[in-house]
Amino acid sequence: MSVFKDAGHLFRFAGLFVLAFLLFLVIRGFVVPKTFGQYGHYRGAAIGEVGAHPIKFAGHQTCEICHTDVLDVKKSGKHAHVNCEACHGALASHADDPASVTPVKPDTAVLCARCHTASAAKPKGFPQVVPADHSNGLPCQTCHNPHSPAMAAGGAK
Amino acid sequence: MNGVEGFMYPNEIALQWSVLIVLYPFITGLVAGAFILASLERVFQVDAVKPTYRLALLTALAFLLDAPLPLVLHLGHPFRSPEMYFTPHSTSAMAMFGYVYLWYLMAVLVLEIWLDYRREIVRWSQQSKGILRLVYKVMTLGSCNISERSLAIDERVGWIITLIGIPSAFMLHGYVGFIFGSIKANPWWSSPLMPVVFIFSAMVSGIAAVMLLYMGLTKLRGYKIDIRCVDTIAMYLFYIFIIDFSLEMLDLIHRIYEADESFRSLNFLVHTQLYIPHILIQICLGTLTPLILLFLTQVVKLPEIVRKRMYAIAGSLALVGIFAMRWNVVIGGQLFSKSFLGFTTYKMTLVTREGLLAAIALTILPLIFLWILVKLLPPWTEKNEHEAIAAD
Repeated sequence: MSVFKDAGHLFRFAGLFVLAFLLFLVIRGFVVPKTFGQYGHYRGAAIGEVGAHPIKFAGHQTCEICHTDVLDVKKSGKHAHVNCEACHGALASHADDPASVTPVKPDTAVLCARCHTASAAKPKGFPQVVPADHSNGLPCQTCHNPHSPAMAAGGAK
Repeated sequence: MNGVEGFMYPNEIALQWSVLIVLYPFITGLVAGAFILASLERVFQVDAVKPTYRLALLTALAFLLDAPLPLVLHLGHPFRSPEMYFTPHSTSAMAMFGYVYLWYLMAVLVLEIWLDYRREIVRWSQQSKGILRLVYKVMTLGSCNISERSLAIDERVGWIITLIGIPSAFMLHGYVGFIFGSIKANPWWSSPLMPVVFIFSAMVSGIAAVMLLYMGLTKLRGYKIDIRCVDTIAMYLFYIFIIDFSLEMLDLIHRIYEADESFRSLNFLVHTQLYIPHILIQICLGTLTPLILLFLTQVVKLPEIVRKRMYAIAGSLALVGIFAMRWNVVIGGQLFSKSFLGFTTYKMTLVTREGLLAAIALTILPLIFLWILVKLLPPWTEKNEHEAIAAD
C-alpha cells in the first residue's frame, strides 16, 4: 500500500492526463462535424451541399443543338476537341434562356494567348507564338477563325 | 521576369516556404539536442555535465514551446491548428506532427522536469509568498509527499522517461528530416540520409546552445564556469560534429559521384546563389572552423581561459553553421526549377508576417520563455553553487 501512497503524485499527474484526454474527447465531439469520415477523410454532408449548387455549365452537346453552323466549322479544325465553354465560359444560364442571356464574345487577343503563348515547357509541335511579335496586339481573329484556326487564303472566314 | 533566370514553372517562381520554415527545424533541432545533452547525465551517467542537466531540460522546454509558432505564423488561420488533433490523417507525416509534438512536450519534457524539481517545488510552495506560492501550489498537484521513498520512485520514473525521451527526441527531429527527405520530386531534399543528418545536426546545435547558455549565464551570475563540465560538453560536441559533417559530406560526395539528371542544375546553384550560404557560411565558417577549434582543444594542452574562449567561438559558429544548413536545405531546395532549366531568387521581406522581424522575434521569444522558466524553476542546485564557490 505504501508504494501507492508514495507514488500518489504520479497518479495525480496521470489523472491530469486522463482529464485532459476526456476534455479533448468532449471538445472533439462538439467540433468535429457528424458526417466527417462517412465516405473518407472529409465531411460526408459536403457532397450533398456541393450537389445542391445550381449547374453552371451547359455542356457542348447543349450548345450544338442550336449552333450547328459553328459545329460544322469546328469539327474539321484543330479545335474540334476544345469544348465550347472552355473559351466562352459557363453558359447554362444562356442555354436555359437564350433570349435574355446573351454571352459576351471573348477578346481573342487575350483568350488565345492563354494557351498559345510560347513557353519552353510546351511540346514542340504545339502552335505557340510571342503575341507581341506575332500580332502586335491585334485580335487573333483578324487572321484566324477561332473555331478552326488554320490559316485560310484571304484571312478569317 | 525579375529574379528569374531561364525557365521556371509558374508555381516555382515565388518561394512557398520562407525564413520561418528555416527557423522551424533550427528550433526543433535545439530542443532535440538540448534533451540529448540532458540524457548524457541521466542515462549515460556522464557526471561531468551535471551542472547543465536542468538548464538543458529548461532550454529544451523553452524552445519546444516556441517551435510550432513559426509554422502557425506561416500557415495563418491559427484557430484551425487544433484540427490536426481532432481529425488526424494518419498517412501524412506532416499531419502527425501534432501528436509527436504533444507527446514530446507533455509525456517527456514536462513530466521529467516536474519529477526532477518536485522536491524543490514542494519546498517553494511552503516558503514562497503571494502569487508565486499559488503557482508552486498548483505545480505540486496537491501532493507534498517528498519522503525518501517517494523521491526514489521519482528518480526511477525520471530515468525511464529520459530513456523513452531519447528515441522521442530522435523521432521529433528525425521526422522533420523525413518530411524533406521523402519529397521525391525535389532532388535537393530527396535522400534517405536526410533524417539522420537532421538528427546529428540537431544534436550539434542543441549541445552548442546549452554550452553557450551555461557559460553565459554562469558568467552573468558571477560564478566560476565548471571547466570540467564544458570540457566534457565540448568533447561530445566535437565527436558528434564529426559524425554530422561526415554524413553531410557522404551525401554531397554521393550526389557528385552519382551525377544524376539534377546534378548540373544543383551544381550551378551551389557555385552561384548558394556559394556564400553553403560553401562559405555552412561548410567553411560554420563547420570546418569550429571543428578545427574543437580539435585543437582536444589535442593541444591549452590554458583554461583559452579553451573557454575557443569553446564560445566554436559553439557560436556551430549555431551559425547549423542555421545556414537549415537555410540551404529549405531555401536552396526551392531556388531551382524541377525542369532543371532555370532558377529563381528568394528575397526576404522585412516587416511582414513571414519577414525578418518576425523571424528575429521568434528567435528571441524562446529566450524570454527560458528566462521565465529559470526564474520559476532555478536550475542551479545548492550543490552546484557550493562547488562553484569552492572552485573560486
